[in-house]
Amino acid sequence: MTKPLLEIQGLTASLATDTGTIYPVSDVSLHIDAGETLAVVGESGSGKSMLAFSIMRLLPRSARFEGGRIVWKDRDLLQTDAESLRRIRGNEIALVFQEAGSALNPVRTVGSQLMEPLRTHLGLSKKDARDRAVELLREVQIPDPETRVSNYPHEMSGGMKQRVLIAMAIACDPELVIADEPTTALDATLQAHILELLGRLKENRNLSLILITHDLSLVKDNADRVAVMYAGRLVEVGPSERILSSPGHPYTAGLWESLPKPRGSEPGKSKLHAMTGTVPHLSHLPPGCAFGDRCPERFDPCDQDVPTLQNVNGDPAHRTACYMNAAALDATTTSV
Amino acid sequence: MSLEERDDSHVLVAARDLSKVFPARHGLFGHHAADVRAVDRVSLDVYRGETLALVGESGSGKSTLGRMLLRLIEPSAGNVEFDGVDLMSVSGESLRKLRRRMQIIFQDPYSSLNPTMTVRAVVREPLTIHRLGSGAERNERTMELLRLVGLKQELAGRYPHELSGGERQRVGIARALALEPDFLVADEPVTALDVSVQAQILNLMLSLQEDLGLTYLFVAHDLRVVEHVADRVAVMHRGRIVELKSRVDLFKKPQHQHTRELLASIP
Repeated sequence: MTKPLLEIQGLTASLATDTGTIYPVSDVSLHIDAGETLAVVGESGSGKSMLAFSIMRLLPRSARFEGGRIVWKDRDLLQTDAESLRRIRGNEIALVFQEAGSALNPVRTVGSQLMEPLRTHLGLSKKDARDRAVELLREVQIPDPETRVSNYPHEMSGGMKQRVLIAMAIACDPELVIADEPTTALDATLQAHILELLGRLKENRNLSLILITHDLSLVKDNADRVAVMYAGRLVEVGPSERILSSPGHPYTAGLWESLPKPRGSEPGKSKLHAMTGTVPHLSHLPPGCAFGDRCPERFDPCDQDVPTLQNVNGDPAHRTACYMNAAALDATTTSV
Repeated sequence: MSLEERDDSHVLVAARDLSKVFPARHGLFGHHAADVRAVDRVSLDVYRGETLALVGESGSGKSTLGRMLLRLIEPSAGNVEFDGVDLMSVSGESLRKLRRRMQIIFQDPYSSLNPTMTVRAVVREPLTIHRLGSGAERNERTMELLRLVGLKQELAGRYPHELSGGERQRVGIARALALEPDFLVADEPVTALDVSVQAQILNLMLSLQEDLGLTYLFVAHDLRVVEHVADRVAVMHRGRIVELKSRVDLFKKPQHQHTRELLASIP
C-alpha cells in the first residue's frame, strides 16, 4: 500500500473557554491520499474548521494540542519548528479561507497581496511576481487580469474575491489545498462555478483537496471520500457514493434526509424530514454517544461509552463510530 | 381552485409598477454617479394563504422588493395595496394599524435581535408598542407565542447570545407573530442556519401557515428550499421579475434563461 499524503492520528485539540475546557477535535484519525478530494462535512460546532486549522497549526492562542500526530511527508507537523512550518504553509499546504470579503486586506490591491507570497516564499523579483500574479488571476478565470491585478478588493464582486483567494492559495504551487467553506457565502450559481474551478485546478495541478463544508449535497459531484464530524469527533468516513447511498451512521443519514429534495409534479407543499434536537454544546457532552439523544436507533450501549470508529462489514475504506455497526459493539465489549 | 381562477378578492397584497432607485455615489467626496435601479417597475399579486417565493441572486432586488411591500423601504415609484387599502396614502395611526397585519422575519437571527433584551422582552415588545392587553395578558400571550414556535418556557429569561441559531430564529418568528399578522415577509429565513436546523424551521413555518392561515412572501436564493415551501415562484433578475408561475411549472418548464441557470446550479 502506498503511503497517504497526509495522515492524522488520534488528534485531540482543546480550547479553554469561560465554561471550562472543551475538545473541538477529539481523537480524530484521518488520511488523505495524493490526488484525491476529501470532503469534511459537519454542522456548526462539529469541529470541522478546527480540524482544518489544526493541519496548518493555525489554532487560536487559547487552543492546545492534547495528543496525536499529523504526519506530512514523514514529519509530524505538531513537532515541527516555526521556521519549517512557515516553509510548509503556502509552499506545500495552503488554505482557502471562507468569507472572501474579510480575508483580503481592504487597503491593498489584490495584486500586491498576491505578490507577497511569491516574493517572500519564492523570492521572485517585483516584476516577475507581478507577471506571475496576472497569470494566477488568469488561471482562476478572472477576466481582464492585467487590469484586475490593480483592483482593490471592494472593486470586485464576492465571486471574484473568492477566486483571488484561490489564486493566493495556489500561488506557491502547494500539493495540498484545504478549502474552508469556499462557497458558503456565495449564490448558488457562483457556488457551482467555484467548485468547478477547484475541481479543474486539482486536475491540472495534480493537487489534493480537503473540502470543508456543511452541505452534504456538494459531496456527490465534488469529493472522492467523505468524513462526517459531529461534536468534535469523526462519526463516519468512506467513499462518497457509499456514504450517500448507504450511510452507516444515523447522523449521516439524518443529515442527508434533512436536505430539501426535488419534488417533480407532486402537488402542494411538503415538510422536510427533520432531525429532532440540536447539536450538543461541547461543554455538556453526554458520557456515551454525543448523537444519542437525537438518534432514532439509540439503545443501551449508546449511553455507556463513546463508540469508536470501526470498519463496516470488515471494509477498511468505510468506517463508522456507532453501535449499530457490530464491530463497534465488539470493540467495547472486548475492551471491558 | 386553480391559480388562474383567483380573482381580486383573493389578493392580499398587490404591487403595481414598483421601483426603487438608489443614488450611487462614487469616490471620497461622494460625487453623484449613475443611479442603481434595485427594483424596476415590478407588478405582482400575493394571494391569501399562499406562499409566493421570490428567488434571485444577491443584488437582484428581491429583498428590496420584499421590504417595499411592507413599506419598510419607501418606493421611488409605484404603489402597494394591502387588503384593498393603498399603503402609500395612509400614515400615522392608520398605517400603524395596518402594520400590525404585516410582519417580517429576518435572515440573520444573530444580528436582528437586540442583545440586551431577554427572549421574553423581545417577543413582548410589539404588544407593548401597540398597547395590546394588560401587563398580565401580555405576559400570558408571550408565553403562548413561545409555545407556538416550540421554545421551552425556561428560555424566556435568556439573552440572545445564550441561544443557538435555530432558537434565535424561533424567537424572531414568535415576535413576528405577536400581533397576529396576515402577511409575513420571510427574508432568507433559513440561509444562516445549519442543515438540520433549517429543516426544523421550515417545518415550523409550514405548520404555522396551516394553523394560522398565514400568507408568506418567501425571499430566498436556494431553489431546493423553495421547492418544498412555495405555491408559486417569482424569479428576479436585475430588478425585474423575469418569470412567475406555479412551483410545479417553474421547475418543470423553466422559460427564462436566468431561471434555467438557477435550476442548473442546484447541487
